[in-house]
Amino acid sequence: MDRVPVLKIGEILLVSIQIDLEDHTAMQLQDDLSHRIVETGAHGVVIDISALEIVDSFIGRMLSTIASVSRVLDAETVVVGMRPAVAITLVELGLSLKGVRTALNVDRALEILAEARPGVLAGSAADEPAAEPVP
Amino acid sequence: MTSVDAPTKQPIASDQDVVRVRQMVRQAALTAKLPLVDQTKLVTAASELARNTLVHGGGGYARVEQVHNGRRAGVRVTFADEGPGIADLDLALTDGYTTGGGLGLGLSGSRRLCDEFDIDTAAGQGTRVTVVKWAR
Repeated sequence: MDRVPVLKIGEILLVSIQIDLEDHTAMQLQDDLSHRIVETGAHGVVIDISALEIVDSFIGRMLSTIASVSRVLDAETVVVGMRPAVAITLVELGLSLKGVRTALNVDRALEILAEARPGVLAGSAADEPAAEPVP
Repeated sequence: MTSVDAPTKQPIASDQDVVRVRQMVRQAALTAKLPLVDQTKLVTAASELARNTLVHGGGGYARVEQVHNGRRAGVRVTFADEGPGIADLDLALTDGYTTGGGLGLGLSGSRRLCDEFDIDTAAGQGTRVTVVKWAR
């Protein structure tokens, strides 16, 4: 059975969907991601859909659900790389992807996540405040 | 007068078949030279309708054809099942109405995405949905 890989890069989970998603593969991804967020303590999820030729209501619902579940688990989701034809079709279909943050590319997504949680992507600097000088 | 050629038929009995229908419709849309946005709309509508055939109709088939009306080429896709049919069609075509736990956009959304949309159904009689997308 096809499975979409979930990669951990620092505090971020990166998913790049490169196959024509069957419904059960989409459900599996939803499941895998929520487990990986808890396992890794990741604070951000980036989902790259640039290879997807369509997003129908099922995949749209999967993206919304992933965003909601990850938020409850203290992680922000950003969907990147939606093709223009897919965006036009989604709107006409009646899907607004409420609650799903989007960005044009992975770089922008990482910026959004860094702004949302300063210090996390920059490494450990924020975790170790400079020691107070001892008088 | 509409002429029809190159019909292909795909049974719909699993998730995998829904993906196959999408691929067949994409190929047909390329053959008919639909612009990219219209290809995407037709394939998206086909995906919704194929899933309906599977989930609500208990399976069935899709038939994909090239159509010509003298001036334009297009693609016609027919979805047929022998399922329970739709008792209240107006309600089923309302945005947000669902019996399958989905978003309730499959039928109403597909109608918006296609140039022609025709549905033939009655309680206990199965459902047949036909959509056409024309090249501009």
